[in-house]
Amino acid sequence: MDFERPIQELEKKISDMRDFSVGKSIELSGEIASLEQKLERLRTEIYSGLTRWQRVQLSRHPKRPHTLDYIKLIATDFIELHGDRGFADDKAMVGGLATIDGQQVMIVGQQKGRDTKQKLMRNFGMAHPEGYRKARRLFQLASRFHLPIVVLIDTPGAFPGIGAEERGQAEAIALNIQVMFTLKVPIVVVIIGEGASGGALGIGIGDRVLMMEYSWYSVISPEGCAAILWRDAAKAPEAAEALKPTADDLLALGIVDKIIPEPIGGAHNDPVQAAKIVKEEILNTLAELRPKPVDLLLDERLAKYRRMGEYHVL
Amino acid sequence: MEWFRKAKQGLAAQEKRNIPEGLWTKCDSCGEIIYTKKIETLLWVCPNCNYHFRISSRKYVALLLDGGRLDEKDNELLSGDPLKFRDSKKYLDRLEQARQKADSYEGVIAGIGEMGGIPISFAIMDFSFIGGSMGSVVGEKIARAIERAINGPMPLVIVSCSGGARMQEGILSLMQMAKTSALLAELAKKNQPYISILTNPTTAGVMASYASLGDVIIAEPKALLGFAGPRVIQQTIGQDLPEGFQSSEFFLEKGFLDKIVDRKDLRDTTIKLLAYLGGKPA
Repeated sequence: MDFERPIQELEKKISDMRDFSVGKSIELSGEIASLEQKLERLRTEIYSGLTRWQRVQLSRHPKRPHTLDYIKLIATDFIELHGDRGFADDKAMVGGLATIDGQQVMIVGQQKGRDTKQKLMRNFGMAHPEGYRKARRLFQLASRFHLPIVVLIDTPGAFPGIGAEERGQAEAIALNIQVMFTLKVPIVVVIIGEGASGGALGIGIGDRVLMMEYSWYSVISPEGCAAILWRDAAKAPEAAEALKPTADDLLALGIVDKIIPEPIGGAHNDPVQAAKIVKEEILNTLAELRPKPVDLLLDERLAKYRRMGEYHVL
Repeated sequence: MEWFRKAKQGLAAQEKRNIPEGLWTKCDSCGEIIYTKKIETLLWVCPNCNYHFRISSRKYVALLLDGGRLDEKDNELLSGDPLKFRDSKKYLDRLEQARQKADSYEGVIAGIGEMGGIPISFAIMDFSFIGGSMGSVVGEKIARAIERAINGPMPLVIVSCSGGARMQEGILSLMQMAKTSALLAELAKKNQPYISILTNPTTAGVMASYASLGDVIIAEPKALLGFAGPRVIQQTIGQDLPEGFQSSEFFLEKGFLDKIVDRKDLRDTTIKLLAYLGGKPA
C-alpha cells in the first residue's frame, strides 16, 4: 500500500541499524529506541487519517487474515462440511462445526486465496449459487441442532459469470436472505474484510452485525460504482467517498451494531491479536443473545431490518 | 465507460417508445415498421416477432386490475439523501428530475386493487424513475405492500422492472433487499399467495430479493432477467455471452421461472393463479 511506505522505510532503517550494531562496539540502542518511538507516532498518525479509499485498500491487503485464518486462531476444533447436495462444493464459501472457548457453533464465511493457485481455487472469494446453497444448508443444520451461527464476511461480490446465472445466483441469494430470518438460533455476523453487495448480504443477516475497523460494506464496490456513475473505474477513490462504506459510516447510519478495533495498521500487522479481539467480541455477543427466547430473537431480528431505510413523509 | 453511454442511449430510445409521437413505430427487436395505432391495440407487442415493448407502470395498472382501478398508497413517501451523494450530479437533483418526468413519485406505485373480484395488494415498479432502482422509498413501499397482504390477509402481486438497488443510497439500498425478503417470510406464514411478475428488465438487487421469492413467478417474453448485468459478466469472463443468455426463455429453461406469459394473457393468467392459490372473491 502506498500510504504504508513511510512506515516500511522507517522499519527498514531500524532493522538496518540493528544489523549494523550487532557485534560492533558502537552503541545505537538509544537511537533505535527513539526511531521506534517515531515509528509508533507515524503509524498512529497515518492509520488514524486514512481516507475511505485507503481503508478499502487495507481491507484487501495481501496479508490480511482470511476466514480460515480466523477459524484456526479462534476455534479449538473445526470440522469443515462440504457441498450443497445439489451441484458441487464451492470453495469460495467455507463452513463447518467449530468449538470456540468450549462453545459449539456453526461458522460460515467466504474464503479468499493467498497465492495465485489458491486464489483461483477460491475464485477470489466470489461464491457461485452452490456456495450460497451450501451456506443455507449449514445454517438450517445449525438451526435444527441448536448451534449458534457465526458468519465471517469477506467477498468482492457474488461471482458474475455464465454458470452462476445458469444456476440461479439471484434466487440463491434471495432465498438465503429470506431463510436467515427463520433460523431459530442466534446469528453473529462479522465483516472481516470486503462486504460487497448481495454477495455479502446473501449470508449476512444477523441478530448482531459487527464490522472490523478496516472492512467495508456497501451496495456496490467503489470500482463498480465508479464505472457506472463516473464512467471510469479509476474514479474509485471518489466513489468510495460517496458510497460511505466504512465501519464508521455504517455505524453512524445504524446498519451495524459495533466496530471491532484492529491492531495498529490493520489485522495483518498482528493476526493473533486481531483474532483474539474478534473471538472476544463473538463470545460477548453470543453471551448476550443466548438467553433470548427464540420468539423474541426472531421478532427482534425482523424489527431490526424492518427499520432500515431513510425517507421523508410529505 | 462504453456501458454507460449505451445505457444512456437505451434510455433515450426508451422514452420514444413510451411516448410514441409518430404514426409509425419501428420494432426494437425485428425492425418491422408498425402502424402505431395498431401496436397500441396489441398492447405494445410487435405483431411480427412478439417483442414486448416496455410500457409505463400506469399502463400495467390499466391492463391488470379490475376497471384499471388502484387505490394508491404511500405516495407521501419521498427519498431523502442520507449519504449526501454526489457523482456528476447531486442525487437530490437527480431525484427532482426523475419526479418531473416519471410516472410515479418514487420508483414504484403501490396500493390495493382487485383482480377478477379478488382484492389484492398490488405494486408495480416504475422504470422511468431512475431505472426502477430500489432505494429506501421503493423498499419501504414494497415492504408496506407486503404488510397490507399480511394484514388483509390478501394475495400479493408485484410487477418488477428494475436495474437493481439504487447506488446513491449506498448500504441503505442494499438493506431494502433484507427488509422485503424478511416480510415475505412472514407472508408465507399466512398462506396468502405472492405472484411475482417479471418484466424487462429485472436484475441485480431486485432479482436477488423479492422478485425471486414469488410462490409463482411469471415473466413476459424476452425480458432481461438475471443477477449481474450482461456487460459485467462479459468483462469478468472475457468472452461473448451465448445467444439468448439471461432472457425469460433462458430463465424458464434453467428452472427459475414457472411460466412465460404474453402481455395480453397476463391478467387472465394471474387471476387463474389467484383462484387456485386461495384468493377468495370478495
